[in-house]
Amino acid sequence: MRVALLVTCLVDTLFPRAGIATVRVLERAGCEVDFPLDQTCCGQMHRNTGAAREAERLAARLPAVFAGYDAIVTPSASCAATVRETTDLGVFELSEFLVDQLGVEDVGATFPHRVTYHPTCHSLRALRVGDKPLRLLRAVRDIDLVELPDAQECCGFGGTFAIKNADVSLAMLDDKLRSVRATGAQVCAAADCSCLMHIGGGLRRAGDGVRTLHLAEILAS
Amino acid sequence: MASGNGRGAGTSAARAAVLARIRAATRGEALEPVAVPRDYATRSPLEAADRVDRFAERVAEYRASVSRVAEAEIAQRVVVLARERGARRIVVAPGVPEAWRPDGLELVADRNLAAPALDRLDGVLTGCALAVAETGTIVLDGAALSGRRALTLVPDWHACIVRADQVVGSVPEAVAAMGEAAAEGRPLTLVSGPSATSDIELRRVEGVHGPRLLDVLLVEG
Amino acid sequence: MKPGEPQLRRNLHHATRGIRAKRNAVVAEVPDWEELRAAGEAIKRGAMRRLDVLLEELEAAVQAAGGHVHWARDATEANAVVGDLVTAHDAREVVKVKSLTTDEIDLNQALEQRGVTAIETDLAELIVQLSHDWSSHILVPAIHRNRSEIRDLFARELGLEGLGDDPEELTDAARRHLRQAFLRARVGISGANFGIAETGTVGVVESEGNGRMCTTLPPVLITVMGIEKVLPSWRDLEVFLQLLPRSSTGERMNPYTSLWTGVRTDDGPGEFHLVLLDNGRTRVLADAVGRDALHCIRCSACLNVCPVYERVGGHAYGSVYPGPIGAILTPQLHGIPGDADELPWASSLCGACADVCPVKIDIPRLLVHLRSRVGGSDPALRLMGFAMEGRRRFEAAQLGRVPGMRTGIGLGAWTKGRDLPPPPRETFRQWWRRTRG
Repeated sequence: MRVALLVTCLVDTLFPRAGIATVRVLERAGCEVDFPLDQTCCGQMHRNTGAAREAERLAARLPAVFAGYDAIVTPSASCAATVRETTDLGVFELSEFLVDQLGVEDVGATFPHRVTYHPTCHSLRALRVGDKPLRLLRAVRDIDLVELPDAQECCGFGGTFAIKNADVSLAMLDDKLRSVRATGAQVCAAADCSCLMHIGGGLRRAGDGVRTLHLAEILAS
Repeated sequence: MASGNGRGAGTSAARAAVLARIRAATRGEALEPVAVPRDYATRSPLEAADRVDRFAERVAEYRASVSRVAEAEIAQRVVVLARERGARRIVVAPGVPEAWRPDGLELVADRNLAAPALDRLDGVLTGCALAVAETGTIVLDGAALSGRRALTLVPDWHACIVRADQVVGSVPEAVAAMGEAAAEGRPLTLVSGPSATSDIELRRVEGVHGPRLLDVLLVEG
Repeated sequence: MKPGEPQLRRNLHHATRGIRAKRNAVVAEVPDWEELRAAGEAIKRGAMRRLDVLLEELEAAVQAAGGHVHWARDATEANAVVGDLVTAHDAREVVKVKSLTTDEIDLNQALEQRGVTAIETDLAELIVQLSHDWSSHILVPAIHRNRSEIRDLFARELGLEGLGDDPEELTDAARRHLRQAFLRARVGISGANFGIAETGTVGVVESEGNGRMCTTLPPVLITVMGIEKVLPSWRDLEVFLQLLPRSSTGERMNPYTSLWTGVRTDDGPGEFHLVLLDNGRTRVLADAVGRDALHCIRCSACLNVCPVYERVGGHAYGSVYPGPIGAILTPQLHGIPGDADELPWASSLCGACADVCPVKIDIPRLLVHLRSRVGGSDPALRLMGFAMEGRRRFEAAQLGRVPGMRTGIGLGAWTKGRDLPPPPRETFRQWWRRTRG
């Protein structure tokens, strides 16, 4: 199956490892992966901050950039949700693509560490991926997967909310970090690098030694 | 068009203005009427006997006491309850049949007693218009058996007789059954347990302004 | 917005988690919950499209049943109507049921100015009133007060000495104090949860019994109702009497629901006045997307799941309508541009509110829509948008070659509590080109 990777502007620029891991996971699952170089950004940030015209222009670029693929896969639940809302393109977030489209839960990964998973708001409520990420993680050899307390609570990133309402954002982050620490996990994973940037930034500041990894990075191990 | 408060001019201008604003708000929008999908349950699946049991269960959960009695036992049961409640003088809804009225208690007829007079009584005895199994609700409709509203509001103890054949299963059935009273302009009061508040530190306290004690006599046969 | 004081946050956390759990339990009991929500949404959407016709129907039905109907364009007008009615009856005090609508128009203050005392009779409203404070939660307005604060308040303001701080005792003290007011009051004032156009029936949903007291005992009843509360038919109650109690207090049914139509001889008030209030609602109606905010049935389920509300509390929203619904309703009621323009930004768009709204208001969608109306999007973001419209510009921006890109994005606010991500050695597309040609 030939798929196009929608890597997202954030992953492309700041978290390339998540993109590389996504390519590896898809190839291991038998897909031929293309990366259309003309892709830039889905416009989510602009859409959410009321810059409607800019958002429309960015969304309007997408059909041409991604023409001719069986499927488009992205490592971001929030970008998948945006593209679905603004175009007719068949775009899938990675975990739903693997489980629903390829029928795969065991991607052949090994990751002998304690991991806890944060289900981001977009994956939970916008895409409703349910427990697909967890099913994929449970199949990883030697993994010690621990449930995150109050998992459904928002981490506090919320795009520009993290900056415009930094104090409340940090108060929410505090509670999310407390939940992460309570699991004793060495790694906190999620399906959105945006949330991971915020959670990871907090963990690094706290000096806990807990890492953040994108779901794909564990599945590619 | 003018309302009957003698200040016609002011409020008529307001009326015209508000209606004009409403019409202007959607002008030019070609809005279709909205079809309401009524795919929710309109009948409870419970059979008659189960309805009565469910009603008794649900009322008891509100910390109202429930006595299941035969019709011939009503009067006697009321006497026993009155003794438990320390009640000696109670007002009776005009439509309560002779057979239900107990001896051994001072029964006061409701000749439009003023509120302070009602406040000096120890309780009130009524029937009801119908009851709802699913929610443990008693419906009073202002007719003779229910009594006027103040009767079941001011005295501190309400003994309410519910016949098994008055129990409907669900809220939609109850609303349908109340329709006639509503069309006739009769006041309806839905009672689901004694009054309560959780306003102080969320600790639920029963009995605020309505009757603090509610005894339900569920009559079968 | 800033996080609230630790005590407030603890109270809110405890309260919201408790009500949330109750709500979830009683909703789980209802197998057709989603169907009820769909019906609730459709009924409200349809009602907003026929609002003028429905209000005229409601008015006619209330009048036919012996009630009076008044219309008010704004708060001043509504307060004048109510004030005139009260003074026409020579009343120096009125008893009131909790009503957000009357809080919205500041009715109590308007009555004070005319020498009329409005006695709040909900326990929490009594507490809020006695402490010269205002409500911080739609449903549990005194959630920011502890029992000992309340005991002290009663002692000070009601002259009730020697009270313990046990909630039972405090509630009993309030009951005895208010009963005298109920028995002597000449005028009662309420809001309304709904007004049924088909029958002219007005309804109040409550727990404590003070609603029944205020709408039954005084000879004169005045009800102030927002125009958006009108429902088309009697049958619609079968939907809302299920959606509202389960969503708000997490009960199968609230203790008392009172439904009355006009006046009735020898049962309740001999005189009934319904005041239909606009006060910005027609402004909300004029926004084809924003008007969904008028569907709200004031259950407060959205407050109970909102991570922002939980941390800042109701006062931070600067309005009687706090939380997610407040963030979409208040700016529109007040007008844009206006004093509530910041509110649509007070959200991480987590979507928890939309999941629990009994009438399926898509609050995140409305928040985003209002953000474009109020403005306030970052100029740096717009610059980024320009950079993203073409591959070359995008790649240049990635490598930091677009001036102003880095500094424009509020780094100070980020690094207040978080480290920045370490910059990668190469971007994804650099890796792709390098390894895949």
